Amino acid sequence: MNQISDEGYITADGRKIGAVMMEMKNITLRFGGVKAITDISFDIRQGEIRAIIGPNGAGKSSMLNVISGFYIPQEGEVWFHGKKRAPMRPFQVAQQGIARTFQNIALFEGMSVLDNVMTGRLTHMKSGMLSQAIWKGKAEREEVANREVVEKVIDFLEIQAIRKTPVARLPYGLKKRVELARALAAEPKLLLLDEPMAGMNVEEKEDMSRFILDVNDEFGTTIALIEHDMGVVMDLSDRVVVMDYGKKIGDGTPDEVRNNQNVIDAYLGVAHD
Amino acid sequence: MFYRESGDFKTSYVEDNQTFPIKFDRYRYYFVLLVAFLLVPVLINDYWVNAVFMPFLIYAIAAIGLNILVGYCGQVSLGTGGFMAVGAYACYKLMTAFPEVSIFIHVLLAGGITAFVGVMFGLPSLRIKGFYLAVATLAAQFFLVWLFNRVPWFYNYSASGQISAPERTVFGVPVTGASTDAWASYMFCLVFVTISAILARNLTRGSVGRKWMAIRDMDIAAEIIGVDPLRAKLSAFAVSSFFIGVSGALFFAVYLGAVEVGEAFGITKSFLVLFMVIIGGLGSIFGSFAGAAFLVLLPVLLKNVLVGMLGWPTDLAAHLEFMIVGALIITFLIAEPHGLAQLWRVAKEKLRLWPFPH
Repeated sequence: MNQISDEGYITADGRKIGAVMMEMKNITLRFGGVKAITDISFDIRQGEIRAIIGPNGAGKSSMLNVISGFYIPQEGEVWFHGKKRAPMRPFQVAQQGIARTFQNIALFEGMSVLDNVMTGRLTHMKSGMLSQAIWKGKAEREEVANREVVEKVIDFLEIQAIRKTPVARLPYGLKKRVELARALAAEPKLLLLDEPMAGMNVEEKEDMSRFILDVNDEFGTTIALIEHDMGVVMDLSDRVVVMDYGKKIGDGTPDEVRNNQNVIDAYLGVAHD
Repeated sequence: MFYRESGDFKTSYVEDNQTFPIKFDRYRYYFVLLVAFLLVPVLINDYWVNAVFMPFLIYAIAAIGLNILVGYCGQVSLGTGGFMAVGAYACYKLMTAFPEVSIFIHVLLAGGITAFVGVMFGLPSLRIKGFYLAVATLAAQFFLVWLFNRVPWFYNYSASGQISAPERTVFGVPVTGASTDAWASYMFCLVFVTISAILARNLTRGSVGRKWMAIRDMDIAAEIIGVDPLRAKLSAFAVSSFFIGVSGALFFAVYLGAVEVGEAFGITKSFLVLFMVIIGGLGSIFGSFAGAAFLVLLPVLLKNVLVGMLGWPTDLAAHLEFMIVGALIITFLIAEPHGLAQLWRVAKEKLRLWPFPH
């Protein structure tokens, strides 16, 4: 990797990474007396795949929840596209173009796959209640236009065959994929993935890794992900933040992190020959 | 054999999005509309209208309204009777204050006023969920009935405390009051039912409906994809109360003609409509009709069988009717907790493969 400048850097595989998109500045998050996150700063750059790793309870998910607006940190600032973000509710964060998936699947079980993915388009659908009640005209045109975007995502993630299946009937791996589809349908600028490969077998992990790389490649989506499978993390990500007990103990390219003594002590461990 | 989607290709998303994607369903729908609008009005008499068609149609509107709130948005409400009363009294006040305006407009305005009241009582839903919300809406039920009983302005200071609908006409034909023909009141309600069903269907299949269903299925995930829970819940309360208000206005003005609030719009009404929605099927427009039909028709049917065919004394039949209806409700819910709409869906799915299910 080249030196990181303000404009960005070139990755090992030759992708161009842009300027800083999101910057977390000295974030501290407390629940009563418990400090979940202590004074953490890091940035996410345009077009980057950024991983957050660390042992259980390190505060990774809390960090993602701070980004997506579920938690308001007591101290610190969140900067997005060069502007300081005022404390806001999750739906406002979504309207800014940040989508996410959850560690435990959070799909709408009562709806079909298509409807679930269509909900991802809600931030793009503006027609009023009255025009929807009448349907013919504006609402129908909007529905069709958004359906076209959704169908592209469905094609992309290869879930055409289950389009009309109720989500409750799907197996786990497919549900994960549908959840990714819902997040992608929003055409987010920043995509947050909370353990996208948890509980998957090797084939499913390979599929999911391919999708993540393709999303980044084809749509230029910036991705921040939490993952425990170190092989996957080191292969996919451009830069890695390592957390332990709410503190940042490492930050850099996969190679730098792998050789960082703090990270080895806290998380990676050493191979015994 | 005739019920197939094969060969019926869709080449646009508009075609794929239609309400009845299978040809047979589409024709059946048009057929039902034709019969309801052209054939039934010619054939029916007073008994059929008053015992079967009017309560069925009016309750169907109320059930559609409640289904939007409970079935689509997942907010339990026990205030239906109270909101129907708001529709009825709003309609009454409008009818007496502006006699020259069309009753059609009055009914719609009554719905609008109920929508506003519904939003007011929907505000607690932002903080409380489930059973607790049900109890909060129960407060609406009791408060509204008390209000219409105690404030004479609402019943224009009449001595009896009742409200009664003056005669109003549509295109010169009376639809309210004593001299109304059976077919006229039937048609008047049918128009409202048809429009309500179409509007409800359009709302629930579009982005508003998806917002409601997202809130119902998982409110945290709904928020993360950009749904403002405040607006989604309150819009469900508004739309739901609008339909319930319309049904209350029709119930008073067209069906009963004269109303005493505690009797017509008491807590039993709230439960009746809620049962219709649950038995019919939560989250289904068809289910609203099926539930209303089940609970309106079943007692009439039982009465006709027990008294008319078996010759039992009327009072005995009336008591047994309660028990049988109750038992049937339980049986149905055990057999199919998702209601008649689900039975209908399963039947259709089976029919698509018939006669070669493998």
